[in-house]
Amino acid sequence: MKETLLLTKHMRDFPENSHNIDVYEKNNGYSALKKVLKEDNPENVINEIKDSNIRGRGGAGFPTGVKWGFLAEDEDRYLVINGDESEPGTFKDRILLERDPHQLIEGVIITCFASNIKKAFIYIRGEYAKPARRVQEAVEQAYEKGYLGDNILGTNLSLDIVVHLGAGAYICGEETALLNSLEGKRGEPRLKPPYFPAVMGLYNKPTLVNNVETISSVPWIINNSGKEYAKLGVEGSTGTRIFSLSGHVRTPGNFEIEMGKSFGEFVDTFGNGIKDDKKVKAYIPGGASAPWFTGDQLDIKMTIDDVANAGSMLGSGAVVVMDEDTNLVYAAKSIVSFFAHESCGQCTPCREGTTWLEMILERIASGRGRLSDISLLVDVCDNISPGLSWPPKMTTICPLGPSAVSPITSLLDNFSDELMKMLPTKIPIAQ
Amino acid sequence: MSWDNELLERAHKIIELYPQKRSALGPLLYLAQEKDGFISDDSIVEISNLVDITEVQVKSVSSFYSMYKEEQTGTYLLSVCKSISCEINDSRSVINSVKEFTGLENYETDQDKLFTFEEVECIGACGGAPAVQVNYETVEGLTPEKTIEMCEWLKNDKPEIIVADQLQNKFGGTKSFDWAIEDNTGSAYTVPGFQNIGTAKEKDN
Repeated sequence: MKETLLLTKHMRDFPENSHNIDVYEKNNGYSALKKVLKEDNPENVINEIKDSNIRGRGGAGFPTGVKWGFLAEDEDRYLVINGDESEPGTFKDRILLERDPHQLIEGVIITCFASNIKKAFIYIRGEYAKPARRVQEAVEQAYEKGYLGDNILGTNLSLDIVVHLGAGAYICGEETALLNSLEGKRGEPRLKPPYFPAVMGLYNKPTLVNNVETISSVPWIINNSGKEYAKLGVEGSTGTRIFSLSGHVRTPGNFEIEMGKSFGEFVDTFGNGIKDDKKVKAYIPGGASAPWFTGDQLDIKMTIDDVANAGSMLGSGAVVVMDEDTNLVYAAKSIVSFFAHESCGQCTPCREGTTWLEMILERIASGRGRLSDISLLVDVCDNISPGLSWPPKMTTICPLGPSAVSPITSLLDNFSDELMKMLPTKIPIAQ
Repeated sequence: MSWDNELLERAHKIIELYPQKRSALGPLLYLAQEKDGFISDDSIVEISNLVDITEVQVKSVSSFYSMYKEEQTGTYLLSVCKSISCEINDSRSVINSVKEFTGLENYETDQDKLFTFEEVECIGACGGAPAVQVNYETVEGLTPEKTIEMCEWLKNDKPEIIVADQLQNKFGGTKSFDWAIEDNTGSAYTVPGFQNIGTAKEKDN
């Protein structure tokens, strides 16, 4: 198993100065932009993206070309890059922002050319100060060289990019919450319909919201064609994907691979196995929102559809490995606490439910649990996500609430003995 | 205290970046925090005038986001991650060593206004767990011992500008990925160091 470097090639070729515009240009940078400006056919660009079958890399996996096709006509349209990467386990956009900001900027310009957009925002989470500085520096270099501003490279194309810093709210990764945040409001997800910002987005104008990794893929697709991109990976999960590997592996990191290999092979090859030669007890295949797989399920293939069919999701591409000595009740509590902290507070089942789940798990983890806590957990989970099925049913505006249910169903389905072990046996069931 | 001309000038420059004034609200709140170390009532009045919304609307936004602080922060904001990858890589021990050194509990600031300590959710440094941010500059792969050393260094040397790369070189361990590019810019406040809000500061060598 080898890496296939499309998005992370330039940063590997020129590790010390891949962020510099001169170095980027010398390594074929901005050639895709020049190509589309020369051909001057926006429709072709959209068709290449459609041909590539690339699906959004933020977590939902929506086909990018289809999303672009939805963009409604209007004089003012916007592109917003979602760089609010906050899903626990995920740090792949961080490397793209920090080490190859021009690849993203080139992708932004091409996207805006294709969709006749004159203003783009790159929304970066507040904690990513260093990545945001790199991107801003690169934006300034691009203005100086005439890639941004009025009459880009002597054409009629004009585009401004504003880099905007968030302020510590995971929920702003949800695209409508992100738009509210960018409008200077609380980062609360909007009621649907309208389902797509492409119809009604920023300032109620048609808006494309795309992930950093998705748009960073655009220059390669334009240079090599959508069909070439679609040859990589497998059907339904074309191209490469940057997986963030963390947890109890020997060598964590970001690895760009074609989708389709098994998690076990991935962990062995790139993680170099588990520290101290321990066994895998459980792993999270796609960020903290995703239900866990057990150490016996390492043969599942890393594709969007395979993971979905096995009852979880590839999500943001964050693989977190937990070894045989991990206390999974603590692990679940950590994840539930995350969602309780990050709940925006709009929907009662999520606001109250996640807090209750956190308190119950806290009680169990501290050794004061009750047998009845199990049914209480299930009851609260059921109020957030009726039936505890996968994909989750929702009683909330966005999927944050149901995400807090995932670690609990994972515990109950596969590791209920661990939960039971933490309940004192001598204490009678509380009334 | 109301904002001086220098701050107002920076505020107007930020507002110009956006098609609608209110979009500048987030960045302006960072200016407020740079000024006082928290979002003061005076700044809320100032910002409400700058972007033409009510004071309650400003407060409603500032209280929503965890990086805008309602109480005064110390010189150094120590944010220790406790989310899943850090949790299973013993972030508890890093949290305990910060608590022990500073004598602070979660969200507390010491009397000298030197340190503010907080336990935070995922900061995107999962491959380098456990990780900490000092004034939003990341250091990865910490141990309890190195954490104490870092706190001692902050206390004794009182660096004016915090730079992620310097922290990492001095105290860090395993990183999420190769940082590769040398960097000398950081933050001088309990606000992210970022050009568009005028808080990115370069360190002299």
